[in-house]
Amino acid sequence: MTATTVTDTQLDRGDPTTAALSVDGLCLAYTVRGTPRAVLRGVTFQVRPGEAFGLVGESGCGKSTTAYAAMRYLPSNGKITAGRVLAGGLNVTDMSTKELQQFRASHAAMVYQDPVQAMNPTLRIGRQVAECFQILGFDKSESEDRALASLERVKIADPKSVMDRYPYQLSGGMLQRVVIAMGLAGDPQLLVLDEPTTGLDATVEAEVLDLVRDLREETQAAVLLIAHNLGVIRTMCDRVGVMYAGKMVEEASSEELFEEPRHPYTIGLMNAIPRLGLRKTDRALSTIPGNMPSIGTDLPTCVYVSRCPIATELCKTDVPPIVPLGEGRWTRCHHSDEVSSIEDPDALVPPYQVGKDRVVELNGVSKTFRQRGHDIPALVSVDLGFAEGETLGLVGESGSGKSTLAKTMLGVHGPDDGSEITLDGVPMKGLATERRDGAIRAIQMVFQNPDSALNRAWTVRRILTRTVTSLTPLKGAEADKQVEEIAEAMRLSPHHLDMRPRQLSGGLKQRVAIARAFAGDPRVVVCDEPTSALDVSVQAAILNLLANVQHDERTSYLFITHDIGVVRYLADRIAVMYVGRIMEKGFTEDIFNGPVHPYTEALLSAVPNVDGMASTRIPLQGDIPSPADPPPGCVFHTRCQYAIPGTCDVELPPDVEVGAQHIIRCHLPLEELPTPVTVSISEKS
Amino acid sequence: MSINEPHDPAVEIVDMAAVARAPLEPAIPATDRKSIKRELRRELFRTPSFIVGAVISLFWVACAVAPGIFTKWGESDFVRNSDGASIPRASPRADAWFGTDTIGQDVFARVIYGADNVLITSPIAALIAVLAGAVLGLVMGYFRGWADEILSRVLEAVLSLPVVLLAIMAVVTFGSTRLVLILTIATLFTPVVARTVRSAVLAEAQLDYVTSAKLRGEPALFIMLREIFPNISNILVVEFTVRVGYAIFTVATLSFLGFSVGSASDADWGRDISDTYSLIQAGQWWPAIFPALAIASLVIAINLIADSVDKVYSS
Repeated sequence: MTATTVTDTQLDRGDPTTAALSVDGLCLAYTVRGTPRAVLRGVTFQVRPGEAFGLVGESGCGKSTTAYAAMRYLPSNGKITAGRVLAGGLNVTDMSTKELQQFRASHAAMVYQDPVQAMNPTLRIGRQVAECFQILGFDKSESEDRALASLERVKIADPKSVMDRYPYQLSGGMLQRVVIAMGLAGDPQLLVLDEPTTGLDATVEAEVLDLVRDLREETQAAVLLIAHNLGVIRTMCDRVGVMYAGKMVEEASSEELFEEPRHPYTIGLMNAIPRLGLRKTDRALSTIPGNMPSIGTDLPTCVYVSRCPIATELCKTDVPPIVPLGEGRWTRCHHSDEVSSIEDPDALVPPYQVGKDRVVELNGVSKTFRQRGHDIPALVSVDLGFAEGETLGLVGESGSGKSTLAKTMLGVHGPDDGSEITLDGVPMKGLATERRDGAIRAIQMVFQNPDSALNRAWTVRRILTRTVTSLTPLKGAEADKQVEEIAEAMRLSPHHLDMRPRQLSGGLKQRVAIARAFAGDPRVVVCDEPTSALDVSVQAAILNLLANVQHDERTSYLFITHDIGVVRYLADRIAVMYVGRIMEKGFTEDIFNGPVHPYTEALLSAVPNVDGMASTRIPLQGDIPSPADPPPGCVFHTRCQYAIPGTCDVELPPDVEVGAQHIIRCHLPLEELPTPVTVSISEKS
Repeated sequence: MSINEPHDPAVEIVDMAAVARAPLEPAIPATDRKSIKRELRRELFRTPSFIVGAVISLFWVACAVAPGIFTKWGESDFVRNSDGASIPRASPRADAWFGTDTIGQDVFARVIYGADNVLITSPIAALIAVLAGAVLGLVMGYFRGWADEILSRVLEAVLSLPVVLLAIMAVVTFGSTRLVLILTIATLFTPVVARTVRSAVLAEAQLDYVTSAKLRGEPALFIMLREIFPNISNILVVEFTVRVGYAIFTVATLSFLGFSVGSASDADWGRDISDTYSLIQAGQWWPAIFPALAIASLVIAINLIADSVDKVYSS
């Protein structure tokens, strides 16, 4: 070992009493079914005043628990077993209930993941925000004035009318602004944000993050940010701590961590993300084999030893020391100077040609829902085709009709008259129940959330066998054989077959869901955000799997996602949807090289980027229009920065072919169409 | 946590980062199903309220099965003095722990022998109610629409009527036999169970595994019974236990009001109370209070069990 090493207590982090938050050797256990199980195993870090500190790690690593422990919001079965938490010099661990109340009212605030649950649905916004000030001792009218001012501060549109509205009348993004306004009521020195933008659309997420960034400059509050989206962490945080199995394994400035990680786990995480314009033809995504040790497991030495590619005998016997790497930067590893030997994975699959003929084709597919006498056109004359072995990425904000398109294709609900969905050129019935067996088999689906998609009372074997026997003519021993073959193809081991979903990790569950979709030998598989519920390391494995299966089976994918990195990695072609209409479609390279539709440009720029380019965001003002009442002319003109008055708001835009199979529905002349700002591997290296 | 599945706060917090993206990793250590069941059972047997409830209930079950081992007197035997004379209205004493009733029968023996009536009727009635309620709830929650609308209104109508009044009407109309009693109580309890099951099924039917089953063309009966039913069985177990408690209460109330099964000389808690409660004012409290305590102890015991089972299932 060449580097000098220290222990947790020796590492100089600064004076804990002046830190905005100082977590010191924090150990915490949850009692589950009668047994206390360790979740945090000695977490130590500091957030300096005015600093934004991010915590990252896979789910179950204890990052949210750490955030909750910092506020001492713990469930009744959670117990701090060792260590302490100081916030602005106050000892949070020893506070009485009353002191805690005082502390949370005026010193620290927390913003939760789901703003809908954070608000009382029966009270008006104004009253709820004013309450925060009343607790601080202001009288009623003063509180109301301050509530209004605080809503103005979070730049909510029309704060006066928002005061009179109920939570259900606001969108998720607006509600999260209200929650932030409430959090800021006591002018906190510490703001704890737990996944503040998860569940919001990329465009709304970008706005909320902008707001937090502005407020941070204004208030100089320290921020502790938990997010599974590493792009959010990169764009928001000054320093980042990486947690694994209840221990912090690396700490560095945001830029250093993302550009030059020094712990094998961090490297694993970074390489698992499709970034820098990586495509499936370049290489496979690296994965982290195995699972995080479950809570309560005894971990005497390095917590990461079981999954580390460079682990040696030393790692199994000795606790790794802290290796300081400069100002506020360290890693907890025996082999920190050998991490560069961790290699990128090989090429994924041999490049292959997608087929020429369209397997499934949608011609002028519309879907109109009727609701209380009103027609809601959710899909308006959509034309799409799937070549054999092709991945079509479908992007757009929520409410743009992506899921309706998928469900219409699947036959969950029938399309309007005049729509045509063909399989190998032959029109299919609209409803799955009316389709022939072959047509039902041809289109299957991988759902977003495997917990919801798999029957938790069934074993994996039963789930797969039932699908095989109901979709194919195979019966008995033949069906069993088919199940085992599919399981093997999805890298499920035979003993997984006899487990139930809850015994499996998120990644394994999604493999089962994918296996089920492939059990009937489908032609097209609809993947509805299949990795958005998964950790990046697991996402990488699933994306690799999908690409490999596609190569072997020549299946086409309709891949719905809002993750631009993922769609760029996996998709051969991309279609962009807005208010039930396809605004643009084209090959992935063409879309990322431009020119593109103004909406595509805004969509691509809204994503918080892991590669550190967030300055050129094109703002997308306001909400997506309701499909029940679409704007006249081009449906996007209300939010388009290039809109031509007198044209875009009156006339329907034409479909312009700007390149081979690259169609843009826009009035702008070709030379005025924007080019998206993105980073690619070649530019970066 | 999946919708409608009971969960505990630890699991929630550990998973907090993942909740909106979707509940995912099992925060429960990925142990096998058997050991989770074992842990649940161990947790149950460690819960004091469950132990108390189980001990009391088992005692009454033993009384119903073999009353002879608890008392030397039969249910219609008279306690007699050394001179052979019966001693009516004797206060609690060494050879008659709970005293004797108006005609000199041992109250203790009457209480022990009285257990069988409620303990046969109540669980059977509760079981039928749970089964019928499950079927109705599945149909309403899965199909929704008209079937749900109509059945909901009918069930609400039944629920709005006082249970005891309806039971009296049924018993008067069809006769005071055990079968009538069981079916009456079962009918009256079905709507409550059906509503509970319906809301659970509504939540289940929203889940994607149901969509997936529909997409591969499964018939509705299969989806209801094989896909959804196993996921609501926990609710049925809890519901059954709770209903047994209420059924005991109803049976005792009916026999207090004079609608009981068997001959008038058979021991029966409700009837014994009704025969003797007027004596309380005369200071002779024992013939009425002891059967009343018996009812109370059994109902409380069953409720303790129901609570503990519910709690353990949700952890």
